[in-house]
Amino acid sequence: MLDDFLMRAALGALGVALASGILGCFVVWRRMAYFGDATAHASILGVALSLGLGLPPVSGILATAGATALLVWLLAERGIGADAVLGVIAHGALGLGLFAAAILPGPRISLEAWLFGDILTVGRGDLLMIWAGAGLVAGLVRWHWGLLLTSTLSPDLARAAGMDPRRGSLLLSLLLAVVVAAAIRIVGALLVIALLIIPAAAARGLACTPEGMAWGFLRGSARGRHWAGWGWPCSRMPRWGPPLSRWPSVSLPL
Amino acid sequence: MTLVAAEGIAVRQGRLRVLQDVTLHIRPGEIVTIVGPNGSGKSTLLRALIGAVPLAAGRVMRRPGLRIGYVPQKLHIDPTLPITVRRFLDLPHPVEDTHACAALEEAGASGLEGRQMAALSGGQFQRVLLARAILPEPDLLILDEPTQGLDQPGASAFYRRLEAIRDRLGCAVLMVSHDLHVVMSASDRVICLNGHICCEGTPAVVSAAPAWRELFGTGTQGALALYRHRHDHTDHAAHHHSPLSEGA
Repeated sequence: MLDDFLMRAALGALGVALASGILGCFVVWRRMAYFGDATAHASILGVALSLGLGLPPVSGILATAGATALLVWLLAERGIGADAVLGVIAHGALGLGLFAAAILPGPRISLEAWLFGDILTVGRGDLLMIWAGAGLVAGLVRWHWGLLLTSTLSPDLARAAGMDPRRGSLLLSLLLAVVVAAAIRIVGALLVIALLIIPAAAARGLACTPEGMAWGFLRGSARGRHWAGWGWPCSRMPRWGPPLSRWPSVSLPL
Repeated sequence: MTLVAAEGIAVRQGRLRVLQDVTLHIRPGEIVTIVGPNGSGKSTLLRALIGAVPLAAGRVMRRPGLRIGYVPQKLHIDPTLPITVRRFLDLPHPVEDTHACAALEEAGASGLEGRQMAALSGGQFQRVLLARAILPEPDLLILDEPTQGLDQPGASAFYRRLEAIRDRLGCAVLMVSHDLHVVMSASDRVICLNGHICCEGTPAVVSAAPAWRELFGTGTQGALALYRHRHDHTDHAAHHHSPLSEGA
């Protein structure tokens, strides 16, 4: 099955869509679009460095995207996560990455594939990476859902309930780096943020609860099981047929 | 035993000293109101007590296992985040439908379960925030200007509800308020704050303090002084029997 490049492309897209659909909701709710851009752009530097050092690109992407996510998180925690600062980091990282790709010895890197992605060249190793990343994102977000949602609504509410909202924002920042690493082969560093924002924005109009927006795609299959409480019925929802009633922030990009 | 104690706390925002040398203790069951002019650090003090702002000096001690119900001054829900009232009550931990219903009823917000938070009016929003805050049966209820945006009858109804909740749960209430007339009749203790604690004590003691007159006596051109005068000379027992009814 995996010998077919179209099948691999479809499976890769599905995995990336799963991760970015879930995390994208938080990117939209917390207005982290520029955060996501900075993290994604930094991955080009990671690609150039890891290819120059003869390491697998994933390690470089995770390292630079993770480091940028940490830096941006620290700045935001100190109250200096202003748009201008993020802009400097986002475009500075991209520039640095392009510069590194140009001067590094060895065969020239095909930048286009890393900037815009090339879904048809996804291999088995990439698939493994993508689905591992998607599983990690979905699992961690599900596990910390209460903390993430409460601290997104109001860090003070989380504090008063004895939670640490900084843990929530750190987790989301690092998961952004994971999504970037998983998605870069599919959509490229420049377009990752589009895959994060567009599905969530599209799902907003169809959902009445945060769970509906982020996890709606699972609702139909999980009804009656232990996730049942997750799909709150929405009185405004049109009740026409299955495709729309499983409002998927996740399946929209497909 | 003290629920929350702040000892000599100071808070800075950049170079600005927002709070300095504030010491206070909240005991079970009492209603404590913080009053003070704008920018006097009232909200910062509440946030320092829940641990949301770093302290430049001093320390805050909470009784182990203390449950706090917090009603923030502002809660901006991003329009991109869809959330119904019922789902909001599930934060941070899911609650049963019967409990959620009872809390909404107690806060005077029954029937709003299915509404979107973003579509609520100011008064409904405040009541839903109160409902969420009382759901975990807190030992301490902290409210930051809970009656903002309510008209006077609405505000006194809110305070009456609050007192009923206090009587049922036996929780302490710590709130910031601008409704001075209500403060005077409904609180066990008033703390007058202006960067530091200017004066503190029972309403009668505080209203006689020079610091209080300085902060609130002059700007109101005698209206408040007139009121206080009346208050000082009426029978206090009557106020205690119907503490919140004199709102209008």
